[in-house]
Amino acid sequence: MTEALVAAPPEGITMIEAVQQALIEEMRRDPSVVVMGEDVAIKGGVFRATKGLLEEFGDRRVLDTPIAEAVIAGAAIGAAMSGLRPVAEFQFADYIHPAYEQIVNQAATMRWRTVGNVGVPIVLRAPFGGGISGGIYHSQSVEALYCHVPGLKVVVPATPRDAKGLLKAAIRDDDPVLFFEHKKSYRRYRELVPDDEVLPIGKARLDREGDTVSVITYGVGVHHAREAAAALAEEGIEIEILDLRTLAPLDHDAIARTVGRTHRALIVHEANRTMGIGAEIAAFIADDLFMDLDAPVRRVCGQDSHLPYNAPEEQEIIPDPGRVAEAVRRLASY
Amino acid sequence: MTEGSATVTMPETRSEEDRLLRRIWRVVALCRAVDERLWKLSRQGRSSFVLTARGHEVAQVASTAAMRLGVDSAWPYYRDMGVAFALGITPYELLLGSMGRAEDPHTGGRQLTMHLASPERKLGSISSVIADHIPHAVGAAYAAWVRREDSVALCWFGDGATSAGATHEAMNLAAARRLPVVFICENNGLAISVPLHLQTSLTSIADRAKGYTIPGVRVDGTDAIAVNDATREAVERARSGAGPSLIEAVVPRILAHSSQDDDAYRDQAELAAAQARDPLPRLERELIGRGVLTAQEARAEHERFDRMVLADADRAWSRPKPEGSRFNRWLFAGDEPHQAASDIGLGPLPGGVFDD
Repeated sequence: MTEALVAAPPEGITMIEAVQQALIEEMRRDPSVVVMGEDVAIKGGVFRATKGLLEEFGDRRVLDTPIAEAVIAGAAIGAAMSGLRPVAEFQFADYIHPAYEQIVNQAATMRWRTVGNVGVPIVLRAPFGGGISGGIYHSQSVEALYCHVPGLKVVVPATPRDAKGLLKAAIRDDDPVLFFEHKKSYRRYRELVPDDEVLPIGKARLDREGDTVSVITYGVGVHHAREAAAALAEEGIEIEILDLRTLAPLDHDAIARTVGRTHRALIVHEANRTMGIGAEIAAFIADDLFMDLDAPVRRVCGQDSHLPYNAPEEQEIIPDPGRVAEAVRRLASY
Repeated sequence: MTEGSATVTMPETRSEEDRLLRRIWRVVALCRAVDERLWKLSRQGRSSFVLTARGHEVAQVASTAAMRLGVDSAWPYYRDMGVAFALGITPYELLLGSMGRAEDPHTGGRQLTMHLASPERKLGSISSVIADHIPHAVGAAYAAWVRREDSVALCWFGDGATSAGATHEAMNLAAARRLPVVFICENNGLAISVPLHLQTSLTSIADRAKGYTIPGVRVDGTDAIAVNDATREAVERARSGAGPSLIEAVVPRILAHSSQDDDAYRDQAELAAAQARDPLPRLERELIGRGVLTAQEARAEHERFDRMVLADADRAWSRPKPEGSRFNRWLFAGDEPHQAASDIGLGPLPGGVFDD
């Protein structure tokens, strides 16, 4: 029995395959969905997220663009204002910065400044995060920059199932969605994913139930927390893991529920600490949940630094399961 | 033709070109009436910030006259009042916005004067960022190309915008994919205070087209026929699948950049030279010379527009400001719609370029 299970081919799909399936299903469902970006057509994406799209949907709906991020975002915006639903890929989140102007001054403001008359239904996808010896320009976590901007939604899936269901929701959403995919989640494991499942943007997912400490996290932080949970369980510490999945809008109710159960909150993210997502969540907990707390709110975050090519410095900067477990132990001692 | 001459050619004997010029003139005249009123409203404190089209109007209206209403899309910038009126946007709408009134159908009083957005007229959305809309126009052209629709995107911008990176990225992509877009630069020689020779090593913006291997044509932006012909040709080229063109319309900037600018960087001789190139008297002389307008008629129409715009301004001023508590409405989809232009009882523009 056990041998047969081990020998069986891995079931389900990886997160990168989930992204690809979501794109294919949505493009088949809705002819207004188009994909654009550097290397998305002929190459099929540097991470293969858009593999096979050119062959099925042609070179108009799958557009290889010049390496020019301002016009990738800007043309996506204009196309969305003209009735399409573009999904623009930025090869790495590190390269989305030239599009910041278009995203922040144009996409984010469009519906508000036209009193609801003009929407910008675009999805801006970008692989992000470190731990791959990618150096400064293939490692950044940029999500907080966009969470600060009214008018944008920011989604960060951690699992294949969430990636597929949330990307489908993002494509159907009538407003601009930043969709960040952590590279260390792409091929981490396979998971059976239901067909045609659309998951709600703005809702966190309880990844693991526990009673001692709530680990509130997203992206690769979910995987760090899962690994930490296994080690901590052997010590008799059961942690609860809340995968936020969407950072803007933040699911305050889900945060309140988990903190209400465990009375201890640890926030984990790879993006650097200062002015980050964790600071906002900690402020929310202090404002609204102060009486629920049995311990101070703690954060395990990236250090305020840039990410290097060499491993020793990078490991010093970004969180790992060991650091998550250590922070949990300290919180559990209160 | 002497002033007050009674010799007016009967409409049926007018050539098509005469009729076009007359229609362009009426929109330009309306534009001028609104422009003058806006600056008065600014001095009165009724409008806090106004921009000007003065000197650019013929280039704006004559190029817009090459569009097919409801088919082609317009991506203008904040100086393009002539584009707006030629598309059927009314002075009253613009004045509601300029006075920050709730019923402004374009922005609900949220954006500065002339920052229009009108999906009904296929006019994009104007921001204060000089070149950001150029990629939007290319995106609109891309959408038409994807859907194999016969629709051309026309995009207007000033000479200042041609130095911005987004302009290059947009023109480059449009040229590479032969997208149906027409780029129209209203070159008034000044990026606020910085003269063209300090902005670029080029003496003609049209020369930028060479870098994209697209047609680039420089026309006198005060010459309605030259602008209209160049735009028609570019629109036809885009429609045929041959790709984008760049038109440089050389225009004077007769006033300061905006109501917040003192224009002190120009001397009297420069200002006088700009005023001498005013396209409105030139167009009137042309029409009078062709015998399709009299000076009397022109004066009467200017007075009529002045009265109309004053009445519009007073009416707009009497309308309510938005409630402050409205501030976070329409950040995302799902809020109840704002009143559209059609809901506030706006008819077609009197004297619009597309009706006689």
